[in-house]
Amino acid sequence: MAVRLDKPWRRLDSAAVAALSGQLGVYQLSDDAATVRAIVRVDARSLFGLRGELGRELEERGEGLFFRLEVNHQPRTRWLELMMVHRADHGRLPSWNPPEDGVGLGRLSPA
Amino acid sequence: MDLSLTDEQKLIVDQVRRFVREEIVPLEDGLDPDADSLPPEDHERLAGRVAEMGLYGLDIPPEFGGPDVDIVTRTLLAIEMSQHRAGLYAPCYNVFGGAGLAQMFEANDDQKQRFLFPMLRGEKKTFFGLTEPSGGSDPARAIQTRAVRDGDDWVINGAKMFISGADRADFGLVFARTDPTKGRAGVTCFIVETDTPGFHVRRIVHTLRAARYATELQFEDMRVPHANVLGEVNGGFAIANDRVSRQRIPYAATCIGVAVKAQELAVEYAGIRETFGDKLAHRQGIQWMVVENEIDIRQSLWITLAAADKARRGEPFRTDSALAKIVATEASGRVVDRAMQIHGGYGVTKDLPFERWYREMRIRRIGEGPNEVQRHIVARDLFGSSLR
Repeated sequence: MAVRLDKPWRRLDSAAVAALSGQLGVYQLSDDAATVRAIVRVDARSLFGLRGELGRELEERGEGLFFRLEVNHQPRTRWLELMMVHRADHGRLPSWNPPEDGVGLGRLSPA
Repeated sequence: MDLSLTDEQKLIVDQVRRFVREEIVPLEDGLDPDADSLPPEDHERLAGRVAEMGLYGLDIPPEFGGPDVDIVTRTLLAIEMSQHRAGLYAPCYNVFGGAGLAQMFEANDDQKQRFLFPMLRGEKKTFFGLTEPSGGSDPARAIQTRAVRDGDDWVINGAKMFISGADRADFGLVFARTDPTKGRAGVTCFIVETDTPGFHVRRIVHTLRAARYATELQFEDMRVPHANVLGEVNGGFAIANDRVSRQRIPYAATCIGVAVKAQELAVEYAGIRETFGDKLAHRQGIQWMVVENEIDIRQSLWITLAAADKARRGEPFRTDSALAKIVATEASGRVVDRAMQIHGGYGVTKDLPFERWYREMRIRRIGEGPNEVQRHIVARDLFGSSLR
């Protein structure tokens, strides 16, 4: 499994959301299909998994965004890894993640 | 061997049992199902409560400021502290504190000042770097990480695998080969600070376990001062071996705690769940599953306490702790599996803790030395040291 999530970005709209599964996993959001603005984990407390959480993003943030996801039954550790990789690559966390997401976060130096 | 608890043991065990049930379990309702930590304010509050109880830093020797609690009592407490969803790998979310790297008590005075005391004060986090991509069960032969002396430094190159906590640590112990001709007598233990140039945490190694996730490390021309050698040059194997032997007793105890909790939930559910007009508890098939659970739990409990008692009396306990590790990890896995079965469909949901215990318990037959290696240790004791 690659350390970075580098799948192609997909437009976040109602058709894309409807086609998603309700599984657990992680996703990234972007407003320009290039810059990661948020890294989010979808765990067992979500009502409808990835479909539910990305549907909520669409409802709250509106259209014009892009997303890419990874179905993963261990969303928590994968989310931590993606956050650490992002910070290693960019020197900061994604701008839409709240500062508290960085509390206690470890350090990675991926190859 | 006296099998009854002293009044003091009963008091402490009861105190910790109530703490887990009244403070830890209710908090878990608001946490992620795979959480391994508490919100900082809750952690601080509960660690304060533990300090008031006089039980903070249970594994720290009294001469270094820890409470004077013997290993049998600590084993009993470990069984209590793991009786919640995250209990197997994050007992009580670490609000009882811990000694960190027990090997650091062997440090010299300079190393104690720089590493041990900050670790005990909770100012520095640590990791233990033994296992490599080439294996972990046989460190004497598997260690390929090399350390070469260069003036006042050692230059280390190599990799480590399945290392918990390295991404958040301030320093850790790294075992490296310093004499390739000497097998187990050619391994040295180094104290490595994680901000050392050439120290890399390359990735998280995702496993069945959610708590205390593992990482992969790489060392590229990492220079470590000779002053950071722990113990003697080429004396690292004994340090590693000592740690592994000691760890088996609490490792077994936390498995037993989870099994005890799973059994408690199974008995309770079987008493209220009705199928085909009668309670599950009235079905012989269910009764026998619960009885098998009880047999597994009690066997594990007494074998583990017997190992702890030998350790308390200062007798050799390597074989006993290996037996405890085998029996407790295998029996507890069976208990969780049966309890899950009794709960039916709910048993495999994330609404209940069984699925997490089921995943994490599977690792226990491999972690801290696979059970096959433990059996080899016992066989060597039975057949004599000539057995290889």
